[in-house]
Amino acid sequence: MTEPEQKLQAAFREALDLGADVDVATLTYRGIAQWDSVAHMQLVSTIETAFDLMLDTDDVIGMSSYDKAKEIVRKYGVAL
Amino acid sequence: MIGWPAGTRLLAGKTAFVTGASRGIGLEVATTLAALGADVALGGVRDPDGLARTAADLAARHGVRTLALPGDVADPAAVKACYQAIFKAWKQLDVLVNNAGVLEGALIGMISDELIDRVLGTNTRGAIHHLQGAARLMARAKRGAIINVSSIIGVRGDEGQAVYAASKAAVIGLTLAAAKELAPQGIRVNAVAPGYIETDMIKGLAPEVHARRLAQIGLGRVGTATDVANLIAFLASDLAAYVTGQVIGVDGGMRL
Repeated sequence: MTEPEQKLQAAFREALDLGADVDVATLTYRGIAQWDSVAHMQLVSTIETAFDLMLDTDDVIGMSSYDKAKEIVRKYGVAL
Repeated sequence: MIGWPAGTRLLAGKTAFVTGASRGIGLEVATTLAALGADVALGGVRDPDGLARTAADLAARHGVRTLALPGDVADPAAVKACYQAIFKAWKQLDVLVNNAGVLEGALIGMISDELIDRVLGTNTRGAIHHLQGAARLMARAKRGAIINVSSIIGVRGDEGQAVYAASKAAVIGLTLAAAKELAPQGIRVNAVAPGYIETDMIKGLAPEVHARRLAQIGLGRVGTATDVANLIAFLASDLAAYVTGQVIGVDGGMRL
């Protein structure tokens, strides 16, 4: 796993308060209790801080899974 | 006009964004916040060169950082660009003054769709877009103050101003909802409701209309942009740390 992807996974774990046993790569929005609409905004904020970027509203709305998050963060020039 | 004591740096270390800052209340608010030590971004749509000159002047006079962010608040792409620019320059935003607005009247029965689009597009949609952009930046730091500029007409209504009243009443609803939703993130949201304020907007009124308005004001004088700016500076500051979800009139006791 690349360093940026480790950082993205760490952002998910921190924002959603996930245990070490959770497979972050399979997560989907509302697929687990922790990833609700309130936590989603915290997740966005944590990702933005981790990668020093600001996501467009369309990307905030469209971040429906971990895979989608990877795709979005790549758009902002992060080599994931 | 009474202002903050000279040398007061009430807002030192804070970054602020004032929309509609090219003239009137917005310009006075931007000037007051800069005088109190805040770094200030100025939004405006009419005169980009003038806005840049004002920003440079405020920076020179008050020793603060400024940004000129020309663009129409009714254009979501332009609003988005403002927050990207603030993020790039400052990485944070502590204060949003959601001030940009248009005042256009029409009697019921003569209200066109174009007028509705213009007034709600700027006063309501624009305010929502800006609140959303600002909240995103403020949420990172878990602090912030948003001050929405409504109007006594949004609170009380006025004849010939159904659309404007609706647009400014919507700003109050936005304020109350956002204050609840954003409080857990440390973001305060309040609204100010100015009354009859001496700006370019009222200069064209007929003398008899002006006299009638004046007679409605308990304190017996027209308000100034400084009266409004002083209240906004208070709400932007930590002096108002426990104030959120409020709609505060600054109208001299005006009765509509």
